[in-house]
Amino acid sequence: MTIKHWVGALAAICVGFASAAQAGPTLDKVKQAGQISCGVPTGLAGFAAPDSQGHWAGFDVDVCRALSAAIFGAADKVKYVPLTAQQRFTALQSGEVDLLSNNTTDTLQRDTALGLNFAPVVFYDGQGFMVPKKLSVKSAKELNGATICVQPGTTTELNLADYFRANKMDFKPVVIEKRDEALNAFFSGRCDVFTSDSSALNADRLSQAPNPDDYVILPERISKEPLAPVVRHGDEEWNDIVRWVVYALIEAEEKGITQKNVDDMAKSDDPNIKRMLGVTPGMGKALGLDEKWAYNEIKLVGNYGEIFDRTLGKDTELKFERGLNNLWTRGGLLYAMPIR
Amino acid sequence: MATDTIRPAARPSPWRNPAIRGVVFQVLFVAAVVGLGWFLVHNTIVNLRRQNIASGFGFLDREAAFGIGESLIAYSPADTYARAFLVGLLNTLYVAGLGIVLATILGAVMGIARLSSNWLIRKLAQIYVETFRNIPLLLQLFFWWGLLRETAPAPRQAWQLLPDVFVSNRGIAFPVPSPDPAHGWMALAFCVGVVATIGMFRWARQRQVRTGQQFPTGWVGLGLIVGLPLAVFFAGGAPLVLDRPELKGFNFAGGHAVSPEFAALLLGLVIYTGTFIAEIVRAGILAVSWGQTEAAMAIGLKPGQRMRLIVLPQALRVIIPPLTSQYLSLAKNSSLAVAIGYPDLVSIANTTINQTGQAVEGITMIMAVYLTISLIISALMNIYNRVVALVER
Repeated sequence: MTIKHWVGALAAICVGFASAAQAGPTLDKVKQAGQISCGVPTGLAGFAAPDSQGHWAGFDVDVCRALSAAIFGAADKVKYVPLTAQQRFTALQSGEVDLLSNNTTDTLQRDTALGLNFAPVVFYDGQGFMVPKKLSVKSAKELNGATICVQPGTTTELNLADYFRANKMDFKPVVIEKRDEALNAFFSGRCDVFTSDSSALNADRLSQAPNPDDYVILPERISKEPLAPVVRHGDEEWNDIVRWVVYALIEAEEKGITQKNVDDMAKSDDPNIKRMLGVTPGMGKALGLDEKWAYNEIKLVGNYGEIFDRTLGKDTELKFERGLNNLWTRGGLLYAMPIR
Repeated sequence: MATDTIRPAARPSPWRNPAIRGVVFQVLFVAAVVGLGWFLVHNTIVNLRRQNIASGFGFLDREAAFGIGESLIAYSPADTYARAFLVGLLNTLYVAGLGIVLATILGAVMGIARLSSNWLIRKLAQIYVETFRNIPLLLQLFFWWGLLRETAPAPRQAWQLLPDVFVSNRGIAFPVPSPDPAHGWMALAFCVGVVATIGMFRWARQRQVRTGQQFPTGWVGLGLIVGLPLAVFFAGGAPLVLDRPELKGFNFAGGHAVSPEFAALLLGLVIYTGTFIAEIVRAGILAVSWGQTEAAMAIGLKPGQRMRLIVLPQALRVIIPPLTSQYLSLAKNSSLAVAIGYPDLVSIANTTINQTGQAVEGITMIMAVYLTISLIISALMNIYNRVVALVER
């Protein structure tokens, strides 16, 4: 009897592990849990930071909310998991989070060897350098011998080494995992330079520096940083959903559909808009979602332009220019694939 | 008359036999452990393959392409991941080795001070122990790091402590002698001095046992260890060219510099572990019965001799085993370096894991390294323990 119990228990353990290991399609898991687990930065003004009431807000956060709206018809079914640059890929690979909306640069190595898939780019960025004004440095080419604070596990760390190698200059990295600690070290003078994506640098300068005017961002952009949401390789259904949720945000701006006018637009005669908003059914079914998926996104979160203005752009203290992050029709790089 | 036959007892079922039962349970247990291990490995491999994540140690030969702030050996971003890993390993060994030596000295001094007959010394030692033992190490590291960073000035306004010694928020820069062939001979002379001193100690001891005469071993030993290299130095024409730190651009170039990260980590580890060692030393000394001290006083030994010849040799037997544990935890605690940006093994392995995505391999290497370091420390301390252990005759 005892042996039987032992064997039974052992078998149960093995089966339990095996089923846990075979994570089913992410959409089923998300629906069952009633929420999306979304990996966001640990605190980056404009992109992801808790507001005064403790609710997460920002550009990265709104991507998660748009996804929640498309799946659940409600924007708040999201569990935010703040992850440092070092933790994020492991958290995604192991299934702790369902996607990363974490200012992650799309690269070949990550797409392949790390077993990830990138959704469309939501923010085009480039790496820059921030220095104290009193060093009177005008160009990154003058940084030979500088001590540079940088976060590990980022493309930033690699671009930095590449740039100094290419320009035959030396530097001393001080590698600190948490962004806050790295910034503290820089503002206290431990480093001459802090390097990161230039948009994030600007946000840090305005929101974290003791006196923003004491710091400047050097004109050089030393890399291309296309930032995109990330999902695990191997769940194509989930990958498709995230991809088209992003495209719908961009497409909505292009078609002039906003949070305010989305109900009127649903009465439009334009077959493209009717397809997108689910008046003509088919798109939602193809994705495995409700036909109102895109309608809900726009109704509850807004189109790309609205999200940008609200979190990073003209309605905020950051006042980012749209620049590359404008529609292709206005000289930017945003171009959504046709929703049909 | 009824015949009473003793019936042979029914053979007990094998299940009732403790020997057989023991074997069965052990076999089952081993099978379960092996099965679980196999399952975990298999499951990992299957999952990695399903998610298309690269595996294997091939990445070690690839170019690392990231910079490292401080290194004991030459390193550039063009070197391989294997070399970067070695840099991290050496940094870990450097801070742990130095930490163990300094923590032992600090702990021993504080432990003895806690038993001092001087009220002030005793209380100061107690305050030190009670404060630093009861604050988490990570917090202390942040404290020291912040203190070094915030109080020290920028390099261009560096404090000059001594000629050519500068303190700034980039660390402490000091001059080091430029290498010269005479220095190799000096090192050799130093080794000769150490060996000669050990031999002299043995000879003096035997002579004392034989004749009762004492020999000034301390002074002669000092002369041998310091004097011989000095003699070689002067014989070689006193070749001393200092490589001086100089302010160049953003920072000091030349000489040698101790970074605030390294200094904070070393300070934190030494001060924290020192408290535990102090308590161990105090406990060890208290474990030697007072009668031993009284006996030593009775035969007229001076306080220093009492400690050195009577109390400490007996206390060491009690001190060594728990001291080993402290050395082990100091070596492992050095991995907290990652929080304050000292490029130790864990910090570099973390970066490697992140850039290559090979977490399983990276963590395996970290575990293997710490296991090896710990086992080596443990083995060395066990050997030493056998030397000082009570030899029963």
